[in-house]
Amino acid sequence: MAEIFVLVDHANGQVRKTTAELLTIAARLGEPSAVFLGAGAAQAQAALAAFGANRVYVLDSPDVTGYLVAPQAEFLAALVNKLKPAALLIPATPSGKEVAARVAIKTDSGLITDAVDVQQGEGFIETTQSVFAGSYTVRAKVTKGTPIICVKPNSAAPQEKPAAAAIVPVNLTISQSAKTAQITEAKEKVASGRPELTEAAIVVAGGRGTSGDFAAVESFADSLGAAVGASRAAVDAGWYPHTSQIGQTGKQVSPQLYVAAGISGAIQHRAGMQTSKTIVAINKDAEAPIFELVDFGVVGDLFQVLPQATAAVEASKA
Amino acid sequence: MTITMNIVVCVKYVPDAQAERGFDDSDLTTNRESVEGLLSELDEYAIEEALKIAEGSEGEVTVVTVGPERAADAVKKALQMGADKGVHVSDPAIKGSDAWATSLILAHTINKIGSPDLVLTGMSSTDGSMAVVPAMLAERLGLPQITLVSELTVTEGSVQARRDGDVASETIVGTLPAVVSVTDQINEPRYPSFKGIMAAKKKPVETWSLADLGIDAGQVGAAGAYTEVIAVTKRPPRAQGEIVADDGDGGTKLAAFLAARKFI
Repeated sequence: MAEIFVLVDHANGQVRKTTAELLTIAARLGEPSAVFLGAGAAQAQAALAAFGANRVYVLDSPDVTGYLVAPQAEFLAALVNKLKPAALLIPATPSGKEVAARVAIKTDSGLITDAVDVQQGEGFIETTQSVFAGSYTVRAKVTKGTPIICVKPNSAAPQEKPAAAAIVPVNLTISQSAKTAQITEAKEKVASGRPELTEAAIVVAGGRGTSGDFAAVESFADSLGAAVGASRAAVDAGWYPHTSQIGQTGKQVSPQLYVAAGISGAIQHRAGMQTSKTIVAINKDAEAPIFELVDFGVVGDLFQVLPQATAAVEASKA
Repeated sequence: MTITMNIVVCVKYVPDAQAERGFDDSDLTTNRESVEGLLSELDEYAIEEALKIAEGSEGEVTVVTVGPERAADAVKKALQMGADKGVHVSDPAIKGSDAWATSLILAHTINKIGSPDLVLTGMSSTDGSMAVVPAMLAERLGLPQITLVSELTVTEGSVQARRDGDVASETIVGTLPAVVSVTDQINEPRYPSFKGIMAAKKKPVETWSLADLGIDAGQVGAAGAYTEVIAVTKRPPRAQGEIVADDGDGGTKLAAFLAARKFI
């Protein structure tokens, strides 16, 4: 069977959930191999083995981690040209998409981004994307070169499939021309302790209706083990960081459950959450467009509704 | 001493997201005819950043777009905001081009304009939203790629930027010329003034065809595409669920719904 490459998304060897999802997809299409860039491959090995990686190609060098995307692309392109995998799967993160874009040009291959499903078609790999704020579903395929596909989080349920995950160190000298955008400083953000927004099974988001007080939203999120998001209005007002913004210009999320509190549901916001499986909204305005999307809605004050719901959720755990 | 910065800003004309967007039934490409279009909102941040840099330096701001006749509106808006001149690449063969072809056309266009010190773009279009053209363009031009920037400082021969990611806020230093994409956090785009609108009428706009750029029609559009759409389906509108008014038990009812759906 042909090899399917999966670019591992990790922080110092701590493998993110999307990697297990991509390996699960890769196993449908061929023989999964992981590509690991940076330090920590040994720590990652067990997680990669559990989800079916037969081999782990590793380049551990400051040349790939100290610069923006270009060195990663150079390495992946060299690996693709040498080993000719049947496809390359990359997490659809901002950096992942940029790496993929450059590998596509370097290897003269087609690129599909933001796939929400990837399946083996008859003689080709078929992808599914959700476009125009979730109003259309598009099925597509790559027609030239090695299919390079960026896959969104939560696109597959990870399935364990024990494999060897044999570490294969690869030596490659990164060219000087790929090292022209250097990361000179990185200030780590304080971890919230909550799940990552795009990976979370449940997202609770607050908007203008919070008037800047996210305590009720956060408490409800914590009772459900959810990530916290914010509408553009809340972010523009400075109430919540931009990295938590859900919508066209922020994150696109597709959780099992999405709770919109005090969010009217403008098109920009819907572009970021419309493909969520179950949608719940709390809003004072019965005419708010968000109610057109919901499976369950409460017309009311979020400062009354959310604490009561939080208490009920906590009580159910007792 | 003021530095010289010739800047090219790449912009896109997109269907209005407020309107009913869709596809052409015949070839499954984005319908750009029946829907009102406009300059992609996220490109306004790139134009604004170019204008701010130009105010503190010598040199020109050239705005480039690739698209049908109506895409000239995107160039016009940029000129009204204050850009110096425009280039509109238009050719019937371009219809249906993917990011691969778009980046090819932009790279040829930028090379024909000359050697800019800086190429600026928005973070993503608001229609295709792939957010890959800046990276492809940097790859094709062989220039440093500094993307998703929320703060930018340009000096002679180098650029420093801040990039706010999920886990860290990074400082990036690169050499010029470079391709830089900016987020909607970087500035507050200006509105065209009356003076700007009047001045834009006299600003030069060149229209180039693929032949002008030395690109073969077979390299772009559907013929040159590296991907193919198999099918397009309109998602059925979500069926509206139960809506209750909070009569003092809204939170309890919400929790009951979540329990029924096995979320708790």
